[in-house]
Amino acid sequence: MTMSVAMTVNGKAVSGNVEARTLLVQFLREHLGMTGTHVGCDTSQCGACVVHVDGVSVKACTMLAVQAEGSKVTTIEGLAASPEKLHPMQEAFRENHGLQCGFCTPGMVMSAIDLVKRHNYAVTEEIVRHGLEGNLCRCTGYHNIVKSILAGAQAMKAAGV
Amino acid sequence: MYDFAYHKPKSVADASAAVKKASEGKLMAGGMTLIPTIKQRLARPSDVVDLGGIGDLKGIKVDASGVTIGAMTKHAEVAASADVAKAIPALAKLAANIGDAQVRNRGTIGGSVANNDPAADYPAALVGLGATVHTNERKIAADDFFKGMFETALKDGEIITAVSFPVAKKAAYMKFPNPASRYAMVGVFVADTAGGARVAVTGAGPGVFRVKDMEAALGKGWSADAVAGIKVPAGGLNNDIHASREYRAHLVTVMAKRAVAAAG
Repeated sequence: MTMSVAMTVNGKAVSGNVEARTLLVQFLREHLGMTGTHVGCDTSQCGACVVHVDGVSVKACTMLAVQAEGSKVTTIEGLAASPEKLHPMQEAFRENHGLQCGFCTPGMVMSAIDLVKRHNYAVTEEIVRHGLEGNLCRCTGYHNIVKSILAGAQAMKAAGV
Repeated sequence: MYDFAYHKPKSVADASAAVKKASEGKLMAGGMTLIPTIKQRLARPSDVVDLGGIGDLKGIKVDASGVTIGAMTKHAEVAASADVAKAIPALAKLAANIGDAQVRNRGTIGGSVANNDPAADYPAALVGLGATVHTNERKIAADDFFKGMFETALKDGEIITAVSFPVAKKAAYMKFPNPASRYAMVGVFVADTAGGARVAVTGAGPGVFRVKDMEAALGKGWSADAVAGIKVPAGGLNNDIHASREYRAHLVTVMAKRAVAAAG
């Protein structure tokens, strides 16, 4: 069943014709060509596909594009103000060596921002480690990701984002 | 994933009609189980009826008698509700530990209850607190709602609209999560209710069940020691790569003790 779908992605109105079964992540990657959002496990375990829908983090591999009709979607591509100026959380990952191969990083960053906002910037190591239950990384052992998010939380608060 | 026809009705009546009319209709709440099931081709619905557009199904009401949660209320909303945390803290805490943050942002109480996964958390809370499931047709006591594995008392086209929980004198939920899926290997919900002590177990068997021996013991005196010597028979319990049935039987007693202690 082909349907039309319209939503806002990173502040821009977008629309397309999709099959009902098209996942949000497929719509982003294959219809809009925005490949920053990754597909890792495709079973809602790994979190590589995390985006924000109406302000909260969701796994875009487990949501239909048509379910996002009328929603505001933010992907990793929508965070940085410009190519020169990264979002404070992205910058924190860079500064703290919070990635190795980088495959999980878009999802990690999107989950981290939602986590920090949900706790009103007051995150602890314990909150971060529990808060990352839905994101898998096979390179880092998580240590530098946790470090990055703790630093990113402070930077977000200072920047007021 | 095979394609299907997608509907997003605005009312419960329209949703019920749409799913009844379809040759193989499926209701979708948060989709946290349904979408993976369709992806794996374990289900092939002709029509998916999304309940996400029905405003009446959302929201939390708390009064002196208890907590009523609309079927499409997300786990994250129950977890973050100060009113729920005040009235039935164990319920807010249970919701806060379902799946992961992203699942809690999409998954709903109605979806979880209707799906009746044998390792889901909410069925333990419903049976443990003696909750009532409200549908578009009737009210069903939790004890009569959950049937076998993935089976409930719901009829075709019947839609859960809300779940109401009476306030308990005290209650707690303890789960031993599978570290990969975070589903309960064993979860035990205990409550001291107006109708007596209740002990509900999820994850261990083919569906949620009560442990009457523990309830009787807690009725005589509420303490972890009261349940420490009570074992459930391993015979009918789940046996898989994650845990043997004997291990699960052992965990039921351990989690029950911890839950009784946590309830205070």
